[in-house]
Amino acid sequence: MFDALILMLDSTVRLSTPLLLTALAGLYAERSGVFDIGLEGKLLIAAFAAAATASVTGSAWLGALAGMGASILFALLHGLACITYRGNQIVSGVAINFLAAGLTALLGTAWFHQGGRTPPLMGSERFRTIELPFAEALADVPVIGGIYSELLSGHYLLVYVAFAAAPFSWWVLYRTRFGLRLRAVGENPAAVDTAGISVVRMRYLALVCAGVLCGLAGAYLAVAQSAGFIKDMSAGKGFIALAALIFSKWRPIQVMFACLLFGFLDAAAIRLQGQELPLIGAAPVQLIQALPYILTVVLLAGFIGKAVPPKAGGTPYVKER
Amino acid sequence: MNAQLPRWVDLGLIPLLNLIAAFVVAGLVVLAIGEDPIEAVEHILYGALGFGEGIGFTLFYATNFIFTGLCVAVAFHASLFNIGGEGQAYIGGLGVGLVCLALDHYLPWWIIAPLAAIGGALFGAGWAMIPAYFQAKRGSHIVITTIMFNFLAASLMVYLLVNVLKVPGAMAPESRTFEEAGRLPKLDGFLALFGQDIGGAPANMSFFLALAACVFVWALIWRTRLGYEIRTFGANPTAAIYAGISPVKITLVAMALSGGLAGLMAMNPVMGDQNRMFLDIAGGAGFVGIAVALMGRAHPVGVVLASILFGILYQGGAELAFEMPAITRDMVVVIQGLVVLFAGALEFMFRPAVARLFAALPSRKTGEA
Repeated sequence: MFDALILMLDSTVRLSTPLLLTALAGLYAERSGVFDIGLEGKLLIAAFAAAATASVTGSAWLGALAGMGASILFALLHGLACITYRGNQIVSGVAINFLAAGLTALLGTAWFHQGGRTPPLMGSERFRTIELPFAEALADVPVIGGIYSELLSGHYLLVYVAFAAAPFSWWVLYRTRFGLRLRAVGENPAAVDTAGISVVRMRYLALVCAGVLCGLAGAYLAVAQSAGFIKDMSAGKGFIALAALIFSKWRPIQVMFACLLFGFLDAAAIRLQGQELPLIGAAPVQLIQALPYILTVVLLAGFIGKAVPPKAGGTPYVKER
Repeated sequence: MNAQLPRWVDLGLIPLLNLIAAFVVAGLVVLAIGEDPIEAVEHILYGALGFGEGIGFTLFYATNFIFTGLCVAVAFHASLFNIGGEGQAYIGGLGVGLVCLALDHYLPWWIIAPLAAIGGALFGAGWAMIPAYFQAKRGSHIVITTIMFNFLAASLMVYLLVNVLKVPGAMAPESRTFEEAGRLPKLDGFLALFGQDIGGAPANMSFFLALAACVFVWALIWRTRLGYEIRTFGANPTAAIYAGISPVKITLVAMALSGGLAGLMAMNPVMGDQNRMFLDIAGGAGFVGIAVALMGRAHPVGVVLASILFGILYQGGAELAFEMPAITRDMVVVIQGLVVLFAGALEFMFRPAVARLFAALPSRKTGEA
């Protein structure tokens, strides 16, 4: 029972990592007043760029850099459309999702001739898991061994980065001048402008942060968790991350817990596939998979607390003339 | 930025410039793959319009896109962004399918068809009204809820197809195939009037339903009191409320119409083509509707033109992938993204330049005089 639980939590950690990085990306963008439903697209293009580069150069690290680069590029495109040209942020996000879905499949097939896949990554092309110190020695100790050696040790570096990024983002957003300004442009850009700070610059910076984090998430998907890119491999994770972001009411530490919850549901759905449960019968896998969306809708509708987005979210900033 | 421009510039020239920009970038993508864009366009046009079967497929896809384009367009007029067309069409497929499954043993097709259309529209409208209610009454953002409802629709339909509707013993998650009475007539006779043989193409009567929906939407939005209220609410909700228009009513009605149109789309694949319920009934058409509505400027005529263009791209894209294997059908999704980007998100990009140009023109004339 204990072992099964540890295994379940272990896969929860692995499955929540891309959600967490992506949701934190959305946190920076949306806290600065730019709605970002293009998270899914950024995640996908980053995964593709990371896997393609890792495969060509033979280095997982260069792959991760390329993933970040591609994702930042798409974030800047989002910025160009909805900060510089004041287009609709939702429309721009939709465009980014289409572009990523189309380009990754198209270029993947044209470059690698494997039906949209990149060649399987081997050796140094892929990230390796990290064994924490003494993990081996403690493995046989009851309880502690399970928690330390199985659950905490033996993950990819990006897993630890993701779970460090949540408290770090809290510190950045609530304890630095940059964070204060970023939150301010999301609530009252006119006031920030009056204080002599460029709203446009702040929002672009926020989008670059989002690009970096989505890039890491994509790299994790394609170069760590899986050995290569598969067509449509983000499979809605960008939207689950968006749901987690809303579910946590746009707060960094809560984002982490929301992602862990949604990751746990995913792990449970995978584990219960085709199994019989006492009293219920066949496990309602579709229901478990749909739970993140249901929970978010219920929350948004104000039945459990109230999710209030950043006030200036969704509206382009126009300086008074 | 806000300089007045002649109507034909705002409604004709700038959208055209945006569209050209989208296709120029698409051409560059084709070049980057190492293929000839001109040749690619030739393959697309031939594949979509060069022979009867191609035309039949083009019309079939265009039919889907007219419905979903209208779906997004109607919501646009109320300044609501309905991203949920995909899910609403999927659930609409359930409505159409259930009517066909229930009645195909007893009634002829011409009685079942209108009932199935009503079923599809009701199911689609119902699915759209839940997010609409949450937006109107509980203040949740309709974009987010409709995205969530796309996923919920997919989960629900997978569950129903696998556990409820599947033929016992069969492997495929599909309902049983409808009897003859549950199938819409194909357009073979209609296209034969133009000397075209549609072969195995699935174009069917729902194309005319789509055209009728266009007329209905035009009349509703521009010729009725309700349409006026919808447009007023979309242009300025505060003024609309001041004028006694109920925001709750408009949000609910506009989304019901929008979802109903998406639900009607299911007539085409379910009753017109596959004659059963199957996985992914909407097949992405709900998302194409966003591009179509943006490109067609939320006007039925524009929606029809944009739908035909996307129909050509979908059918021609298949032909292109056959002739030039390096360019897969995913190219269509790229073009879709570029159209949404340039015709939607970047719609104001060319305006300042065009406005400057127009400001310069008359002054030069007076200078010469």
